[in-house]
Amino acid sequence: MTEPYIAILIIWVFLFVYAIAGSIDFGAGFWAMYYSDRETSATVLANRYLSPSWEVTNVFLVLLVIALVGFFPGAAFYMGTLMILPFSLVLILLTIRSAFMVFSFTVKKYTKALVYISGITGLLIPALMIAVLPVSIGGFIGGGERQYILFNETLASPAVYTHVGFGLATELFLSALLLSDYARESGSEKAYAIYRKNAVILGPVTLFFAVTALLTLIPEAPWMVEAMVDVWYLFALSLIAAVIGYSSLWWPSQSAAPGRPRAGVLLIVLQFGLASFAYGYSHMPYILYPDLTIQDAFTDPVMFRWLLYGYGGGLAILIPAFYIFWRLFMKDKRYLQAKPEEENQY
Amino acid sequence: MDSVLLSRMLFGTSMAFHIIFATLGVGVTLMIFFAELMHWIRKDRDYGVMAKRWTKGFAILLGVAIPSGTIVGVMLSLLWPGFMEIVGKVIAVPFQIEIFAFFLEAVFMSIYVYAADRLSSLMRIISVAIVAFGASSSAVLINIAHSWMNTPAGFQLTEGRVTDVDPWAAVLNASMPVTSKHVLATAYMTGAFVLVSIAAYRLLRKASSAAERTYHKKGLMLALAVALLASIYTAANGHDTAKMLHNEMPLKLAAAEGLFETQASAPLAIMGIPDPEQEAVVGGIEIPGMLSWLATGSTDGVVQGLNDFPQEEWPPLFVHTLFNLMVGIGFSLIGIAGFALLWSIFFRKRGFPAWLLILLIATGPLSMLGIEFGWIFSCVARQPWTIYGIQLTSNAATQSGNIGILFFLFITLYIVLLVLTILVLKYFFSRNPLQRELTVSNGEAF
Ligand code: HDD
Ligand code: HEM
Ligand code: HEM
Repeated sequence: MTEPYIAILIIWVFLFVYAIAGSIDFGAGFWAMYYSDRETSATVLANRYLSPSWEVTNVFLVLLVIALVGFFPGAAFYMGTLMILPFSLVLILLTIRSAFMVFSFTVKKYTKALVYISGITGLLIPALMIAVLPVSIGGFIGGGERQYILFNETLASPAVYTHVGFGLATELFLSALLLSDYARESGSEKAYAIYRKNAVILGPVTLFFAVTALLTLIPEAPWMVEAMVDVWYLFALSLIAAVIGYSSLWWPSQSAAPGRPRAGVLLIVLQFGLASFAYGYSHMPYILYPDLTIQDAFTDPVMFRWLLYGYGGGLAILIPAFYIFWRLFMKDKRYLQAKPEEENQY
Repeated sequence: MDSVLLSRMLFGTSMAFHIIFATLGVGVTLMIFFAELMHWIRKDRDYGVMAKRWTKGFAILLGVAIPSGTIVGVMLSLLWPGFMEIVGKVIAVPFQIEIFAFFLEAVFMSIYVYAADRLSSLMRIISVAIVAFGASSSAVLINIAHSWMNTPAGFQLTEGRVTDVDPWAAVLNASMPVTSKHVLATAYMTGAFVLVSIAAYRLLRKASSAAERTYHKKGLMLALAVALLASIYTAANGHDTAKMLHNEMPLKLAAAEGLFETQASAPLAIMGIPDPEQEAVVGGIEIPGMLSWLATGSTDGVVQGLNDFPQEEWPPLFVHTLFNLMVGIGFSLIGIAGFALLWSIFFRKRGFPAWLLILLIATGPLSMLGIEFGWIFSCVARQPWTIYGIQLTSNAATQSGNIGILFFLFITLYIVLLVLTILVLKYFFSRNPLQRELTVSNGEAF
């Protein structure tokens, strides 16, 4: 494997982690809004999950951008010229969301506003981010010296909509699954039933969008579809993981309601990993078709080695830190089962 | 307006906004650590309450520090793609390690805040120490990138291509050691002075009970001691920073001082406006020989003037005012803090008179202004270069249009957030009066 491929693999890992963590975070925001008037247990649960996790998710976004600029400085140019509008909108929405997240812990009367802000931005932010993907398969860039996105063509392309649909369906499916697992872990069977039902509905919807997203790619990006056919077995494996993962919602369990959400989460994450890896692999060697390949954009080889040392050292410190974090918030029954009024004392 | 100018305005405003929260993030976490430490050593629950209330304030500020930092981090690539292309090849490592410092800070902040009741007091001190360490490291790391823009090193640029990359040499560039200390010391002094201001404001209001006054007095003295030490260190180290400019960026020093002719025994011009027509600073006070002494260590050392450099490379001359304001604030703060400390030693019984409290209230905002002036000075006096001597700002900027709309959107966002942050802080501290926390924790056993 050559150096640019190692680098793009690392970027894919960060993208994958952010996509999963972000889906769950943004999705939890949406669910908290959706159930705000009806099912308090579902809302409380989604909010409790969000409280300590959004900061860590946010750092992954920054990590992704920094890693991209470090490994592929040539891509900075395209970000700065082509993606400036969508990314700036994402930044503004993200800022409003994070600020209200923190403010509403303090001022209870903002809680209502937060629920709507984090619910709505929970759909808009992922939609905007996903819309960047089909733009990078080519055909939407105009201009000679000063390039820009052809917004009319972009908005008229079915691939954009199927991608956005797929992104949102995945986000909500994954977060419903994870929240059902979180609900079971906290011993709230009522919230469990609600999130399980949502996962049951969203599974087929996600599959539908996955298939249509692939179909709309055929006319838009034949070069990519050809590459996809070569790795058909990865897509096949991903489909199998999806089907088994979905069936886990009916597996018998010790509790009253059926389903093994933990297994479901793991399998769907596996499915998502396989499919996104295959998608990214078929995209190679282009970052932006047909103008920019990973070789063109690659950093200095000396810098590449230093960046690898940096990641090695950083991870050696972070893995123990995350382990403590996980022990305290995902496993500790004292946190999971805290009563609402005991929360956010600080 | 052209898009380069708009990009400069947008980025400068975003940084000026982020730095408020970032500086407090560095300074206040250190103070929380000291409060926890005092709590542990003295077993005085006032300090425990103090750490808790400071943390709450800090947590609210973090809600803006993190997203505004995310904005500037991403915006750097969006607005300055030409710059980031070189950064990615030469000085990407500090940016990358900074992310790990953020992770460390975010993870341990969550632990310190959300799991406070499940940690032993030693574990609490350790987690808040890691938070403070993470924040300080991120300040140093970002400053490494910034100092490299001023005194670039570790690469060659031949026909627009970056070659001979040496990341370690880039990190250890000429201005890095001295400015890193300057950035840390000023962040610590600002965090401490802001807390001095708040405590002084509370003491000025007569209504509070005796227990509350004792509490605020303790907070004031702790913060004042840290602030005084940090500001004395800042002045000494600022002197070294000026010497560094003399050696590495003589043009920047000449602009800072409004010195036109190269000369021995150069005078120090305080305030006034540099006038390129008369080639002199108009309306200021001049101290003969002082600039030579500051820059070279001897009153008859030679200091280079603006006329030694082509005029199209001059930065805007108003940077002289920014520099004077920063230095002026530095010395005023040492004066106020030193005087207040002496007062409290000699007039223990009397406490602080109202006029002294009012002066103390001014220290926090003044110190924050010092940070703003210093940073704007440092970035504007580098113009027309983004990477000094290597890349012009116009070559670093984005080719995209639409910056005008973005400028409007972001400015609106910053104003709204600033107002909301103040409202939220006020709301929280009036809803959770100190008196209640002091009496509630009376019941706690130690
Ligand atoms: C509370 C804030 C504050 C105070 C009181 C001072 N400074 Fe400062 N100064 C900064 C806050 C600051 C800063 C914001 O932190 C800067 C901007 C860039 C940097 O590295 O630090 C800075 C930069 C800066 C530079 C330019 C470095 C460069 O561009 O590379 C010089 C020469 C000085 N300072 C010198 C001084 C002197 C002689 C002071 C006398 C007391 C002083 N500063 C007080
Ligand atoms: C000297 C000036 C600066 C200082 C002292 C500083 C310090 C800080 C601090 C203390 C935080 C809060 C971090 C946390 O608690 O997680 C922060 C956030 C952040 N800063 Fe700055 N910063 C400075 C300038 C910059 C610049 C120029 C950039 C852009 C490259 C930047 C990028 C960021 C990012 C991306 C975050 C958010 C990280 C997160 O998601 O937690 N900062 N900064
Ligand atoms: C945190 C406090 C800071 C403030 C208030 C600040 C302020 C400014 C201002 C006003 C400008 C516009 C200058 C002009 O064009 O006349 C600018 C430009 C710039 N600054 Fe800073 N800056 C800060 C820190 C930093 C740091 C830490 C970095 C580097 C990592 C940085 C990198 C840049 C870049 C790349 C530009 C654009 C190119 C240029 O105009 O030279 N700034 N900043």
